Amino acid sequence: MNKAVANAAEAIKGISSGMTLMVGGFGLCGIPENCISELSKHREINGLTCISNNAGVDDFGLGILLNNKQVKKMISSYVGENDEFERQMLSGELEVELIPQGTLAERCRAGGAGIPAFFTPAGYGTEVAQGKEVREFNGKMYLLESWLKADYSIVKAWKGDTHGNLIYKATARNFNPLMATAGKITIAEVEELVLPGELDPNEIHTPGIYVQRIFKGINYEKRIEQRTVTKR
Amino acid sequence: MLDKNGIAKRIAQELQEGFYVNLGIGIPTLVANYIPHGINVVLQSENGLLGMGPFPYEDEVDPDLINAGKQTITTIPGSSFFDSAASFGMIRGEHVQLTVLGAMEVSQEGDIANWKIPGKMVKGMGGAMDLVASAKNIIVAMQHVNKVGESKLLPKCTLPLTGVKCVKKIVTELAVIEIVNGSFKLLERAPGISVEQIKNATAGNLIVEGEIPEMVIN
Repeated sequence: MNKAVANAAEAIKGISSGMTLMVGGFGLCGIPENCISELSKHREINGLTCISNNAGVDDFGLGILLNNKQVKKMISSYVGENDEFERQMLSGELEVELIPQGTLAERCRAGGAGIPAFFTPAGYGTEVAQGKEVREFNGKMYLLESWLKADYSIVKAWKGDTHGNLIYKATARNFNPLMATAGKITIAEVEELVLPGELDPNEIHTPGIYVQRIFKGINYEKRIEQRTVTKR
Repeated sequence: MLDKNGIAKRIAQELQEGFYVNLGIGIPTLVANYIPHGINVVLQSENGLLGMGPFPYEDEVDPDLINAGKQTITTIPGSSFFDSAASFGMIRGEHVQLTVLGAMEVSQEGDIANWKIPGKMVKGMGGAMDLVASAKNIIVAMQHVNKVGESKLLPKCTLPLTGVKCVKKIVTELAVIEIVNGSFKLLERAPGISVEQIKNATAGNLIVEGEIPEMVIN
């Protein structure tokens, strides 16, 4: 059960043009920096569909892949912080599907849990409902939404062991555990990689069964979008 | 007339002991500064935190700890973290007692539009559609009129909707208004504001019953 690989270069082997990737993170918090950076060195990989809550900023996160024109389509809930993204979207180079955030999370969860579709109230009566089945339960209206799956899911955790068990830190957890379950191959990059037995089984967030490759990331920048502080 | 902090102070009066509350970006965030003394509420941030604390001191900034507005924040004793599906599960499951958010338009039916202006850059709805579709109690914090002086309280929304028949109450710089049976019902006037001024700033059907009290803002 040793899923450890040496580095990002080894971890992303097999990702090819036209694939669908899930990429964890909320804003720039909890994004798999090493894998994104490695993918950006392989400009021959393009036409990607990326499922990720956000699209990074101009020069960081998924913004790097957008700048390289490696992304064909983004499936996200909020994409506001990126000028190049806006340019590509308005010019029609980039396809964008916007999904309510809770629906996006649940669709990833459903994909990993073998639930092909579910009803949710989010988006009823709005343009999100166009073309979707609507059903009433106890007097309230709901939309039918389907699962999401990916060829590769790329997630970032705080600690992991070589079995692929993962522990996230604070709000860097966000979409990572859900996406980890929904990839045919899930790659986890972690800040600390330890041997089985060193992590407390009570504290595991993502059980190793979902993870196929794991490596210790390096040089985490962890860029902050809105640095807000209290003065002493 | 109230300023942004005044609107936040008035909304803070709606908080009750034991409430779990989700505060949106903008004026709603300011509500956290005016939680009444002696009332315990827990703030939910939909990116995966219950028990949001104030901004950190410079030397305590943690890039792994942010709120839904991507601002660095802190936790408080008793906080918990969870993933995004669990977060929206607690929202959809009606475990969060109060949601406060901003709006571009609200209709007299309680419809809300706050995510998209056709022809302009579309940034996305984020968690707004999930929040308005599910919250038991939604208060909108906004300006009564837009930048060119047009009412934002309308018979029908003109912008793409975020949710339908969901807003319960609106607090603006001029008034506190409740949505009742497809109309705006005037509950309170802002200090120094007349009923006439509120009528003039409200395009939708406004119900005014009896003497309308002035808000008490400390």
